[in-house]
Amino acid sequence: MSEINTSGDKRQFGEAILKVENISLSFGGVQAISDVGFEVRKNEILAIIGPNGAGKSSMLNVINGVYHPQVGQVTFQGETRHQMKTHHTAEMGIARTFQNIALFPGMTVIDNIMTGRNLKMKANFLEQAFYLGRSKREEIENREKVEEIIDFLRIQPIRKTPVGRLPYGMQKRVELGRALAAEPILMLLDEPMSGMNVEEKEDMCRFILDVNEDLGITIVLIEHDMGVVMDISDRIVVLNYGEKIASGTPKEVAGNQKVIEAYLGVTK
Amino acid sequence: MPETVSESGPSTNSNMPDTMPKILLDNARVMKDKIAMREKDLGIWQSWSWSEMAAEVRMLACGLAAKGFARNDKIAIIGDNRARLYWGMAAAQSLGGIPVPLYQDSVADEMAIIIQDADVRFALVEDQEQVDKMVDIFDQCPLLEEVIYDDTKGLYNYEQSYLNDYEAIIEAGKQFDSQNPDYFMQEVDKGSGADVGIFLFTSGTTGKPKGVVITHDNIVIISRSSLNFDKITADDEIVSYLPMGWVGDNLFSFAQSYVSGYCVNCPESQETVLTDLREIGPTYYFAPPAIWETLLTQIMIRMEDAPWLLQKLFHYFLGVAKRSGIKILNKESVSLKERLLYALGWILIYGPLKNNLGFSRIRLAYTAGEAIGPDLFDFFRSLGINIKQLYGQTEAYVFICSQPDGQVYADTVGVPAPEGVEVKVTDKGEVIYRSPGVFHSYYKNPESTADTKTEDGWVMTGDAGFFTPEGHLKIIDRVKDVGKMKNGAIYAPKYIENKLKFFPYIKEVVCFGDGRDYATAFISIDMNAVGDWAERRNISYSGYPSLAAHQQVYELIKECVEKTNRDLSEDEQLCHSQIKRFLLLHKELDADDGELTRTRKVRRKFINEKYPVLIDALFSDLEHCSFEAEVRFEDGRIGNIQADLKIWETEIIEPNVAKEAK
Repeated sequence: MSEINTSGDKRQFGEAILKVENISLSFGGVQAISDVGFEVRKNEILAIIGPNGAGKSSMLNVINGVYHPQVGQVTFQGETRHQMKTHHTAEMGIARTFQNIALFPGMTVIDNIMTGRNLKMKANFLEQAFYLGRSKREEIENREKVEEIIDFLRIQPIRKTPVGRLPYGMQKRVELGRALAAEPILMLLDEPMSGMNVEEKEDMCRFILDVNEDLGITIVLIEHDMGVVMDISDRIVVLNYGEKIASGTPKEVAGNQKVIEAYLGVTK
Repeated sequence: MPETVSESGPSTNSNMPDTMPKILLDNARVMKDKIAMREKDLGIWQSWSWSEMAAEVRMLACGLAAKGFARNDKIAIIGDNRARLYWGMAAAQSLGGIPVPLYQDSVADEMAIIIQDADVRFALVEDQEQVDKMVDIFDQCPLLEEVIYDDTKGLYNYEQSYLNDYEAIIEAGKQFDSQNPDYFMQEVDKGSGADVGIFLFTSGTTGKPKGVVITHDNIVIISRSSLNFDKITADDEIVSYLPMGWVGDNLFSFAQSYVSGYCVNCPESQETVLTDLREIGPTYYFAPPAIWETLLTQIMIRMEDAPWLLQKLFHYFLGVAKRSGIKILNKESVSLKERLLYALGWILIYGPLKNNLGFSRIRLAYTAGEAIGPDLFDFFRSLGINIKQLYGQTEAYVFICSQPDGQVYADTVGVPAPEGVEVKVTDKGEVIYRSPGVFHSYYKNPESTADTKTEDGWVMTGDAGFFTPEGHLKIIDRVKDVGKMKNGAIYAPKYIENKLKFFPYIKEVVCFGDGRDYATAFISIDMNAVGDWAERRNISYSGYPSLAAHQQVYELIKECVEKTNRDLSEDEQLCHSQIKRFLLLHKELDADDGELTRTRKVRRKFINEKYPVLIDALFSDLEHCSFEAEVRFEDGRIGNIQADLKIWETEIIEPNVAKEAK
């Protein structure tokens, strides 16, 4: 791929679509996050890194409304909130995948991705039960959307396979598909490449870049593989013991003394 | 004394359209709304009727014309079997241009050689994967000007000015057509049967690939007569999944479809072929032996997971099928009881099995490209699948010999077919042919053309063979490898080697016997099959060498060799090349060691030079032979292996055909 034009990046980073300000979160006496704030700009890929227990997953849970921080606020597309239910965040256009796969193993790939369309279905219970006008129309529309996602992620051969029978890397891809089905504005990916081999990681990177560049979806991801993080993210936020110790472009972060110490385990 | 089997000349009606684009337009008129092509996209089979397809081709042709594509320009076609790529061929032909389909999995450098050699100006490619290759080689190919891609996925950041989206070309085509409404038809009408229709490149196992120039006459006449030979009609359906660069796919997915009007179905992707096959249920099917082998393996593996009762039923009815299925297919007489059993098996096993494979509606299936194992061949025939052999070449636009219904044998390739093909065997034993499909020339390679094709149109195949008393051609080997035994009988190593390789326990064989009193063989065992066999018998071994040296393994292989000898003894010509002594090699023959080519063909000369000690021992009375040889490990290091190999004698069966004095 010698001449592929990655320098001529056509993406424009817009204004901040997500602002996280002074977040502090504790569970009883455990301080998971203390006074962390950052911005996510439209169309970028932002990585959150840090050692185990640094508060990365908690941060994602705060953003999509699973946890309610004691202090601080989250502003998504100009809308500030303190307390919010998860389905509200989903309606606002935030989708996520999980560190441990959270699919329905007995259902097929199509059905699993279809569950991601739930929010887009407006037909009521009766219409659905009898497959009347609106319900039928919606079913066709939604199936079409799901097929587009299947095509995008190149999972045609497994579309009718129950998810439980798929290898791990494929399940991760299906999970990404389900998050895409909600047509989100912002996608939160919690360790999308954990447990993958090199080839699967390469595929996943390609898909994340395609989601970002082709579909214009903003991405916040947590990842341990430094190679991957440095390669695909535009900016990085580094957490350690619940505190933000650095942020910036991959280059800036890689040269940051505090980050090196946190990662190499040098005592402060 | 050359034998000749010839049939009457080609049947061409001068009123019939003589080029592919003319046939397409004719179909669009006559078969208007009949489905011509389907392609699965977003999970749904999209379809195009002949008139819709003709309109698509017209727009694409006009789009190409707008980009400057003109008469005699070449366009490379690269990708999996997509409808749009096939349209690209017809569109180029409409303008008097020449499509050059390539093998889509070739690496960029291999493509560059062909693109340079064929003077390609345009490329129509499938997706990002192929676009990347074109971008890589663009600077090496000074004549290449425009690259058109079908699938835009992943190409958002590419800014090379020579890249064009297919849709944009179609838009340009619409505009061009409205400004020059007569252009398309004029260009189509200018074409004639004698024009070059396509370049098909030979795979190049022996050196640089050669561009075989095929005319529209070749394509059209051979398609018509072969469809006639097999009674294929517009009602047939095929699934197109073979590489577009292969002549077989061009005939099967393009030419024959245009001429007969049958529907071509393009699968969703290479990985979904088996599912798509089941959904379409083709009536006509074309596959090399490797695909049949894969199908059989899949069936067997899946059966091992089946419940006990089902397994019993399966194996019982396979037995029934083996006894009577082929006879029934050949319309021979079979007892009533066997017929009833076969009918029951049809309901319980064969029917569902074939349905599962997508073969419920199959009327005709071809295997071509290589020799097929008799067991494999018989398995599918016994299930009532009419699989037949075909012997062909790119240079003949496929057909040289083919098996007529009811005269199908595993070890011959049939009679000269279709109409108009003549086949002879020269004094040297080489098969030569002449037919309306015989290629025009090798592109820009007059020496090779002269070497292969005589003035009066006979083409050397390089294959050695002979006609059986029934008039069927039997291919035995490459001419250059055929020798003579000391008593003057033909010695054809590959023929014997193939027979042995059809045994699952044998991976590779190298035979020796040219100018000798008897034939001998190196055999390397198939580690998986023999390993599995040994485990089930509690035979312990530590690795390949120890397994290959095991007494019981020798006995196993000896049985295989003796069975082969028995087969050979029934053959008038080859009964003298039975294998008298053999040894099992301590390692697999390997391309890394130079013993095989990358396409797994034995390199005889190299082996003769590497193992003289072993060969001498085979032709002596020794019962074992120790020697030392170099091996190259996968990481490139070189080591030495010492081995002491046993040599076994096998029984030679007296020929039961008319004996010649030794």
